Amino acid sequence: MAVSVDEAVSTGPTRDHTPPARRLGGRGRSVLEVALLTVLAVVMLFPVLWMIETSIKENRDVYAIPAKFFDFKITLEHYKDVFVDPDGGRSALSVAFLNSVVVAGVSTVLATVLGVPAAWAYSRFAVKAKKDQLFFILSTRFMPPVVVVVPIFLMYRQVGLIDNKLGLILIYTAFNVPFTIWMMKGFVDEVPAEYEDAAMLDGYTRLQAFRLFTLPLLVPGIAATAVFALIFSWNEFVFATFLTSSDDVRTAPPAIAGLIGGTTTDWGLVAAASVVFALPVLVFAYLVRKHLIAGVTLGAVRR
Amino acid sequence: MGTVAAHGLRKSFGKVQALDGVTLDVPDGSFFVVLGPSGAGKTTTLRAIAGLDKLDAGSVHLDGRDATDDTPAARDLAMVFQSYALYPRHTVYENIASPLRARRCSSGEIATAVEQMSSLLHIERLLQRRPAQLSGGEMQRVALARALVRRPRAFLMDEPLTNLDLKLRVEMRTELTRIHRSLGATFVYVTNDQVEALSMADQVAVLKEGKVQQVGTPTEVYERPANQWVAGFVGSPPISLLACHTEGDRLVGAAGWTLPRPRWTTAEDGRELLLGLRAEDLSVEQRGNASLSGELYGLEPLGDRTVVDVRVGTEILKVKARPTVTGTPGERLLVTVDLDRAHLFDAGTGLSLSEAGR
Repeated sequence: MAVSVDEAVSTGPTRDHTPPARRLGGRGRSVLEVALLTVLAVVMLFPVLWMIETSIKENRDVYAIPAKFFDFKITLEHYKDVFVDPDGGRSALSVAFLNSVVVAGVSTVLATVLGVPAAWAYSRFAVKAKKDQLFFILSTRFMPPVVVVVPIFLMYRQVGLIDNKLGLILIYTAFNVPFTIWMMKGFVDEVPAEYEDAAMLDGYTRLQAFRLFTLPLLVPGIAATAVFALIFSWNEFVFATFLTSSDDVRTAPPAIAGLIGGTTTDWGLVAAASVVFALPVLVFAYLVRKHLIAGVTLGAVRR
Repeated sequence: MGTVAAHGLRKSFGKVQALDGVTLDVPDGSFFVVLGPSGAGKTTTLRAIAGLDKLDAGSVHLDGRDATDDTPAARDLAMVFQSYALYPRHTVYENIASPLRARRCSSGEIATAVEQMSSLLHIERLLQRRPAQLSGGEMQRVALARALVRRPRAFLMDEPLTNLDLKLRVEMRTELTRIHRSLGATFVYVTNDQVEALSMADQVAVLKEGKVQQVGTPTEVYERPANQWVAGFVGSPPISLLACHTEGDRLVGAAGWTLPRPRWTTAEDGRELLLGLRAEDLSVEQRGNASLSGELYGLEPLGDRTVVDVRVGTEILKVKARPTVTGTPGERLLVTVDLDRAHLFDAGTGLSLSEAGR
């Protein structure tokens, strides 16, 4: 008897008003959602949390068994070790970070400087076999970069670009230009060509029309594209490992990986170096977040 | 000076022949309207004159000098776009100043010119706004001001009134005519609205499928259409066309009616013809010697007049009548025809046969 009353109360009105997918009801569903999201967040964020914790633990606590979650002494010793050599002077890691900044920065700037005008040209002009060319450009992204490591290595050896920052800059630029062209072409397509037509009739040249009237409207798109290019160059590991060897040239990803192995591994140093490595991209993305959002929604807000 | 001459313009987009040998001669100081339905190649013609699109063939002469390969900037023209193309990040002031900045005028000159232009077009209070903060009519005025701020060879206007509501459009028609008269400059004006063409133009070129059908004054185009298509496109309500042929001194309709043969026609007997009759050259109220019998099909009261649809055989005649006219559908009617103002076209080629005898 009690069961039938429960059923009558719970299923009667709800079935009329809520679609079947939401039968669980507001309370039950949000509890399940929160539970699932919590599990997901723990799984995703625990390694990050552990990395940050390890980077500020004393070595004694790093290796403690059972592991210490809360009651450890905080030290910034590992961060000092990232930048300063035990003998004083610059550490190898700090040189690697500087190399990463140079390589990622220059290759991103190059890819943007080459890719944006190319995207403009593909968007505005009648280019022969335009679709084929664009497909060819895109197709270079189908291939996993690892596939060409050996041929690139052999070519670079011939021209003396092995263990050379310029070599890394060139290869990263080569990978980022197609991406930049494709992403920027979408943004250029969104800007009406008539602004440039009007500017040319006003008396500007075609390039002036592009620079003065279209380019400012592309800034959000350029920022979004550059962030993606920068993240690729900053994080790239395979080419950096194969094409560089000396501490003067190596970028941060292989340098940090190089800390692991040998007789002992200084996990505190690895963790601190990883935190330092992750920060710039986060900060950069945060600074241009307005442009990133504007870039993604450009089509929705036009005129 | 400001003559624009386009000769044999050809341009195709893929398989579509947008311009198929368009030739226009725009005299200095005239208000020249290019009229045609959408897809006729009007905008393409204008863009070719402006130098924005590369031509497949043909030449553009400005003031008698070959400008076919000149850049848009070198052609010294100004253009008003259908979408207005106002620079979204610039203020109204900067938009209007842009042509002067491009030509490196001093800021004093620019301030004077912008001020003058904004008072002419009544947009002084908008100068510090951005295009997104303007209404359609205001954007239109700003676009016009940006074109008029300079004294170029000629002004090109691409359907500038199409995006305005009817009341504003009528207002701007008068205003544009006034501006044209006060400047005495050459205007090349593209539109698909025959009322704009007839009311504003000194000269009209009627364009269809990339070919010029007729060039002439509005009166010429209306009164003496070169072919059946022009006759049908220009005029509202549209001209009524009846299939017929001549037999001796009679004009015999395919539907069985007969009319006296117009004195001026030279068409030989048996040739398939189309008789073109404008609504105002027909009457259901007066009696005359030439008339067609039909039945009332419908009434369209338009306030100042009523258009009476009369069915003659299987064809419909549109007749202009006084607004007081009444009747019931199916009622028999006699339609009096002013044959002196009628048009005859060859049914095959569509060409007018009226010119020869007049």
